[in-house]
Amino acid sequence: MAEIRSLRDAVAELVHSGDTVAMEGFTHLIPFAAAHEVIRQGVTDLTLVRMTPDVIYDQLIGMGAARKLVFSWGGNPGVGSLHRFRDAVENGWPRPLELDEHSHAGMANRYVAGASRLPFAVLRGYRGSDLPSRSETISTVVCPFTGEELAAVAAINPDVTVIHAQRADRNGNVQLWGLVGIQKEAALAASRVLVTVEEIVDDLTPTPGAVVLPSWAVDAVAVAPNGAHPSYAAGYTVRDNDFYQAWDAISRDRDTFLGWMRETVLVAS
Amino acid sequence: MTWTSDELMTVNAARALAGARTCFVGIGLPSAAANLARRTIEPGLVLIYESGTLGSKPSRLPLSIGDGELADTADAVVSVPEIFNYWLQAGRIDVGFLGAAQVDRFANVNTTVIDRGPGRPEGRLPGAGGAPEIAASCGKVLLVLRHSTRNLVGRLDFVTTVGHGDGPGSRERLGLPGAGPVAVITDLGIMRPDPETAELTLTEVHPGVTPEQAVAATGWPLAVAADLRVTDQPTEAELTALRRLTQGAPDA
Repeated sequence: MAEIRSLRDAVAELVHSGDTVAMEGFTHLIPFAAAHEVIRQGVTDLTLVRMTPDVIYDQLIGMGAARKLVFSWGGNPGVGSLHRFRDAVENGWPRPLELDEHSHAGMANRYVAGASRLPFAVLRGYRGSDLPSRSETISTVVCPFTGEELAAVAAINPDVTVIHAQRADRNGNVQLWGLVGIQKEAALAASRVLVTVEEIVDDLTPTPGAVVLPSWAVDAVAVAPNGAHPSYAAGYTVRDNDFYQAWDAISRDRDTFLGWMRETVLVAS
Repeated sequence: MTWTSDELMTVNAARALAGARTCFVGIGLPSAAANLARRTIEPGLVLIYESGTLGSKPSRLPLSIGDGELADTADAVVSVPEIFNYWLQAGRIDVGFLGAAQVDRFANVNTTVIDRGPGRPEGRLPGAGGAPEIAASCGKVLLVLRHSTRNLVGRLDFVTTVGHGDGPGSRERLGLPGAGPVAVITDLGIMRPDPETAELTLTEVHPGVTPEQAVAATGWPLAVAADLRVTDQPTEAELTALRRLTQGAPDA
């Protein structure tokens, strides 16, 4: 059963240095508040998993919290490059970043296999691409029924998955809706699950298209209003497109980035 | 009305969607073109975004594939595994519309790394995203990018996404179900794969552009079609709709 805890306590208990961590949310419901708490607690040497690293992993990578990144598209959506990600990959600053790089379809299926507790997933993917030459988690398998050769991708089973959701009830049942992305699969693939929510409510009113994660599939729920900012929580907040555009200038220069992180993330609690 | 070369590119990219029923839309230039097509040549076009929206009808151009309006205006919102497995891989989508960093003569695409020469680290690009499987599984593929020797190169530094591989028969050998790229739309004109050689050939130039300009801006010896045509000037209706989209004005 999920315990309702403070974000600080939940991160301290569930996220450890050296862990493989997935902070998911496909453009929506990205758990920024939890990532900032991870940075404040000095958790490091993480293998970060996320389809679209986005600004959230640009921040973690720039602060030196990651040793490896598993991903499929590393840009600032609609804006341009993730400068901290590029600086780490191209120049090893602040530390080298190992990559395991996939396509979206491959990553999505890796999470599905992980949630199903299967060793791998199959898809028609990567055919003719150079991507398999750089990844040890892409291979092929022959269908035993038709003889067709298909791509095989290794399951992802994070030590901990962190997601943001609209709300939870007092028993820790979690409800999210809108672009539900890959969060359900990422949560069910993980050994431990931390969910931040906009609010705790008495009853989870049924909502069209909503996903419910039952309390017994979650370890901790922490209240973090506006905890997806600059991403958003449909029905509560809107995507702060101006911030995504501003991030380009903040993150371009190492010192400007460090100054912003110090003033905005490290001093806050 | 006067227009810019970027507007010419987007208008022609929208025109290329005539007759399409469903389109898997990449963000940026493809999204502008697909939304313009819904307002001009193909009002019933179903826009599909990899964030999981089927039938989005945004009133302004989204900054990202995750803007709330794409979900709010969609016929259905599904999970990411569902969009890639049940809808894309199953072959239900007519056209895949992609941007690109580097394209070669067989319309293969690199969005992963740029080789910056000996002693220098590879330049990092965003990566594959949905492109490899979009280009594999959609009925056909359209590419849109600005025309320059930097973007249209003799040899890709990395093959992220296969277009026509190393020429005729490549897609069949690789087992890629869709027809692959049928047009590359740029700010100078349109290139299409030659039916015999699968090599991109200049088939149209935009008004005011010479074929020499396009050849000079291409990183391989670009073949020019014998019956080279000039694209129609953008109409007032097309330009008005495009400017309304990009300026964020809601639909009337």
